Order: sequence, then C-alpha cells, then structure tokens
Amino acid sequence: MSGKPKLYYFDGRGKMESIRWLLAAAGVEFEEEFLETREQYEKLLQGGSLLFQQVPMVEMDGMRMVQTRAILSYIAGKYNLYGKDLKERALIDMYVGGTDDLMGFILMFPFLSAEDKEKQRAFIVQKATSRYFPAYEKILKDHGQDFLVGNNFSWADVHLLEAILMVEEKKSDVLSGFPQLQAFKARISNIPTVKKFLEPGSQRKPVPDDKFVETVRKVLRMYYDIKAN
Amino acid sequence: MSGKPRLTYLNGRGRMEPVRWLLAAAGVEFEEVYLETKEQYEKLIKDGVLLFQQVPLVEIDGMKMVQTRAILSYIAGKYNLYGKDLKERALIDMYVEGISDLMHMILMFPFAAPDAKEKSLDSIKDRAMNRYFPVFEKVLKQHGQDFLVGNKFSWADVQLIEAILAVEEKVPGVLSGFPQLQVYKTKMSNMPTIKKFLQPGSPRKPPPDAHYVETVMKVFKK
Repeated sequence: MSGKPKLYYFDGRGKMESIRWLLAAAGVEFEEEFLETREQYEKLLQGGSLLFQQVPMVEMDGMRMVQTRAILSYIAGKYNLYGKDLKERALIDMYVGGTDDLMGFILMFPFLSAEDKEKQRAFIVQKATSRYFPAYEKILKDHGQDFLVGNNFSWADVHLLEAILMVEEKKSDVLSGFPQLQAFKARISNIPTVKKFLEPGSQRKPVPDDKFVETVRKVLRMYYDIKAN
Repeated sequence: MSGKPRLTYLNGRGRMEPVRWLLAAAGVEFEEVYLETKEQYEKLIKDGVLLFQQVPLVEIDGMKMVQTRAILSYIAGKYNLYGKDLKERALIDMYVEGISDLMHMILMFPFAAPDAKEKSLDSIKDRAMNRYFPVFEKVLKQHGQDFLVGNKFSWADVQLIEAILAVEEKVPGVLSGFPQLQVYKTKMSNMPTIKKFLQPGSPRKPPPDAHYVETVMKVFKK
C-alpha cells in the first residue's frame, strides 16, 4: 500500500479527468488502474468496491470513494482548495456547477455519430460563449483578482481552466472576446503544479478517441446510442 | 426583506424540491416566487440575477445562489446537517450523489414521450431495487444506527426519505424486501420537522402533472 490515492477508471478522460486535474493541481501523486476488460470490471463489482456499481472509484485515506462530485469535494477540502468559510465554499460550488454542466456537454461528444458531433460542437461553443464564459469573465472583471474566489487558488480555478482548454479543443479561438479569461488561462497554466500537469508525460489524458469509446462500451456493455443535446 | 430564504422556481417539484425538503427538515421557514410566464423568466435573466441563466435560484444570506447542489451543500453546512468532519462529509456526499442519480430519473419521467414512459418506469424500478435501495439497506443493517452517517440526522437522511417516497409514488410496494428501509422510512417521517413537511398545507409540492409539464415548456421554450 503506497499511501497514494489510487484511481480506477478507463485509460482516458471521461469523468475521472477532473479528479486527475485536481490531485495534480494540489501536488498530490496518484496511481491509476485502467479498466480494459469486462472481466476486470466484474471483478471490481464482485469484490464490492463499487458502492453504486460505477466508476470513477478512488481509494484514498482508507475509503473507496465513488461519485465524482463527492471525490472532488473531499480532495478540495483536504488540500485547502475549498475556500476559507461556508460562503466561499458556496461560491466555489456554484462556479464548479457551471463548469461541470459545460464539460458535461463535452463528455458525451466522443460517443456521438459524426453528424451529431457537428451539431454538438456548435451547441458546446454556443453555450460556452453565451452562458458560461460571460459569467466567469464578469466575475474576474468585477473583483479584478487573480483567482475566482477569495483571492486564493481554489478548485474553481482548476475546474475552469480544465473547461476552457476542453472547449478550445473544439474551437481554438473560442476565447477571443474574453480578455479576462485569456489572462486567467495564462496565469493558472503557469502555476507550477498545473504547468507540470500540462507537460507531456504527465497523467493528463488525451482527447478521447474511438478506441476509448470502444473500451467503455465493451467494459460497461453500454451499446445504446447516445443523442446530442 | 424578511430575512427568510427566498426560492424562485416553478410551482412544482422539479429541481427545487430537494431544497424545500432540506430547509423544512432544518426547520427553516422560506418564501417562494413562482415562475408562471416566459416574460417573468426573461426579466430575471435581463436583471442579471441568474448566474447561468437558470433556476433554481435561492436568495439566502445576501447571496443569489444557483446550482442545486451548491444550494443544498450550503444549507446542509449552515444547519449542521453535513457531518462532523471531512470524512463524514465525504460519506454524505457519496450517498446524496447516488440518490440524486435516482431522483434524476424521476425528474425526467414527466417529460418522456408517451411511448417511452413504460421503459422509463421500468428503469426507475430496476435502479431503485437493484442499485440504490440495497446499498442503503446494507448501510443501515451494518451499523444498526437510526441515521445513515455518524449516528446523527444529516442531509443524506433527508435526501433518502425524499427519494423513498418519490419512488413509492411510482412503484407502490417497492420497499417490500427492504425491512431496514421500512423502519427507516417510519422513523424519518416521524421526525418533527419532516412530519410537519409531510402534512397538508406545507410547502411540499405534489407529483408533477400535465399542467406542470405545460408550464415548464411554456416558460423555458426557446
């Protein structure tokens, strides 16, 4: 037992990527076990380590945690990335809720048909530029501080950077018109732990491809069609 | 300004119902503003009070809170329904998130196409009986305590009792086979603040009907 958190998921982004980001940003080393076969998944199920029969699952501090949001909240709390009081935590939760919704539109993207992918790409960009980015642009403009909440680096900053980069992968110039977010992106990317995570060889996963989709479908026996928003 | 939290949503359960439950369970009185027209909703957006142009909105302690989970976490933290430390909070979060996945299926049910409703109902029944209820049955059996986490009433208990009642509305008798949950349901229902919330005349909303679905479509349609 190494004492490091251990992540159980597919070898790809999916719902685990935000957890990788947050652990990395907190400077916490972690191990990963990648699900590649149905048998591995069934073994985990039979072993009783998946509370609701689902991954992500993270073994840490003697717990087998499931539910992405619960895992992220625990990590944020443990590593002081959750604000200084209840009200700052509320702001962080609100902001993370928004970026979570935005990244949710991207989560299903690899599973869509080629035609639906184009529709969804347009949908993602439209929501990013008309709903989410304007909200964060205004927050940063109004307080003029480097970080979203309480003039301190928090989970909200990590999550927003992750979301920005993901949307940029769908449309590279999506931040034009958002000068505050451009500066934010540069600042947060240069934080040492984040910078390290953005370098090749880190545990950051690449944009999901067909192999990832195939593995997920095979392991979870998830063969139904997924529709665009 | 009354000082009471003010909830802005449709006059129905939807995503606001868990907030009503939690405030009521905490013994906190609140006011409600009901969205009935598209114009009301558009005015809220224009006035800049909806951070992501969405409801639920809860005005509480000088904040205009959106994002249901953020609102619930804040209420739980403020009223000591979030465990005593980080690990208890983690358990509560895990349980609440699981239950929330089940409640999401119920949330979407009224909006399913008529020919998809039966399948949707089967999914709810299957998930409740094979994925979620067994977990909480086991948790209660293993520690033998009255409450899910830390031998103390918490947000997780409020969320679970809400879910049990919501599933029972769709699948009567769903608790047969879950003796711990049957006892638990009775105990939670008899807690004074919850008992009050379950009585007629409380802010609790009825199951969504055709009129509610119609209003949702009208207020939010593009």
